[in-house]
Amino acid sequence: MCSLCGILGGNEHWADAVARPGVYTRNVERIDRRRERANRVRIANRVLSVFGLSLTDWQGSSFLLSTRTGKTEIIEDLGHLWPAAERLCGRSLDPLDEPFLERLEADARG
Amino acid sequence: MRVAETCIPAMTPVTLITGFLGSGKTTLLKQLLDDPALSDTAVLINEFGEVGLDHHLLERLDETMVLLQSGCLCCTIRGDLADALRDLLSRRECGLVPPFRRVVIESTGLADPFPVISTIKSDPVLRHHFKVANVITALDAVNGLRQLETYGESVRQAAIADVIVLTKTDIADAPDVVRLTEAVRRLNPDAPMIPASDTLDANALLNGIAREQASGFHCDEPASAGNARSPHGSSIRSFVMTVETTIDWTTFGIWLTMLLNRHGDRILRVKGILNIEGEAFPVAIHGVQYLVHVPVHLTSWPSTDRRSHIVFIVDGIEPALIERSFVAFNGLGTSSPAVRQVEEA
Repeated sequence: MCSLCGILGGNEHWADAVARPGVYTRNVERIDRRRERANRVRIANRVLSVFGLSLTDWQGSSFLLSTRTGKTEIIEDLGHLWPAAERLCGRSLDPLDEPFLERLEADARG
Repeated sequence: MRVAETCIPAMTPVTLITGFLGSGKTTLLKQLLDDPALSDTAVLINEFGEVGLDHHLLERLDETMVLLQSGCLCCTIRGDLADALRDLLSRRECGLVPPFRRVVIESTGLADPFPVISTIKSDPVLRHHFKVANVITALDAVNGLRQLETYGESVRQAAIADVIVLTKTDIADAPDVVRLTEAVRRLNPDAPMIPASDTLDANALLNGIAREQASGFHCDEPASAGNARSPHGSSIRSFVMTVETTIDWTTFGIWLTMLLNRHGDRILRVKGILNIEGEAFPVAIHGVQYLVHVPVHLTSWPSTDRRSHIVFIVDGIEPALIERSFVAFNGLGTSSPAVRQVEEA
């Protein structure tokens, strides 16, 4: 249940779809779900670090998104991640921004 | 009387019929209402008078709802669409109306289809009972090209369409139809285009996209850039991004959510078939602006081609920039897909 609006079930994000016939999801077995969350945290942090943010898993159920000064928000899924990151940063996070892409490309090259 | 629950799908599919003013969507709707295939369908229309239901009428349930002889339930939308759908749902659950298995909504001619889709996907009640099945856009073969060049709404309706029905082809000049087809292909390369005719199969039309999703991915070859005029200036365009190697699903999710969060208003559609790292069969994705449908895991490849293809319909975004961003993000994942080509339609 969403603690803010009191609605059962919450919103289903496409990247964490509930397992059912025909739907592609890694939200099936517990081990797959945990592996996917760990991967998501690892990769998202490589993007978020460009903006001085970091993401950690919280109890396998939510994520904690934090600034370097400790300001933190709890987020549920990728649908909440980017609006929360923009709020904490105080600016828009644009994946098409060329200076950002240059940083990312340099990071990928190691 | 309570409706037998076995009659009702867990998620009732909703089809949106849209089209510009005078594009023939009411005529199309009239034709669909005649079809026995719609006997298990609830149709939400703007005004009873426009459709002329008198000779189809079986019973008037109240001032907003009538039952047609075919068994089709026809309702007018008074005010809010979400209220109308909730009311329908409630009546079906209480057994006050026939147990319809799908819903068809006629939008107004000047409407952007996105808010309707958004309402169904975000309303706290509706999203658990209805799913958007497809968007059918009626396009006038006589005036369609001028409308695309003049009105942004018409462009968005064509860009978001899953199926395009070309109307008035019987009175249009053949060269005009060819020019319109080319213009539409530049906007929306993957939507099947079918001419309206007396023999139009309602069932095939309403279920078409489901079959397409089940069988794979449809995409025409991009139209030649030669003599096709670009409708509505040049800001809306489509392109196909082809990825040679497998895609890391986790990285793709991070990239697409970040992209749509910032540019969802300018990414009218994203649709693709993905070769995901570690998966034997492809995954189909389908998004409209900020909304992405749950990914579908196909049970086979549609052809021998094992590359990923993603169609984008964008407003004022450079294809090369999206490609560069995609490649940069995928460099962070476990695989490093190389984009071989970006074909602009």
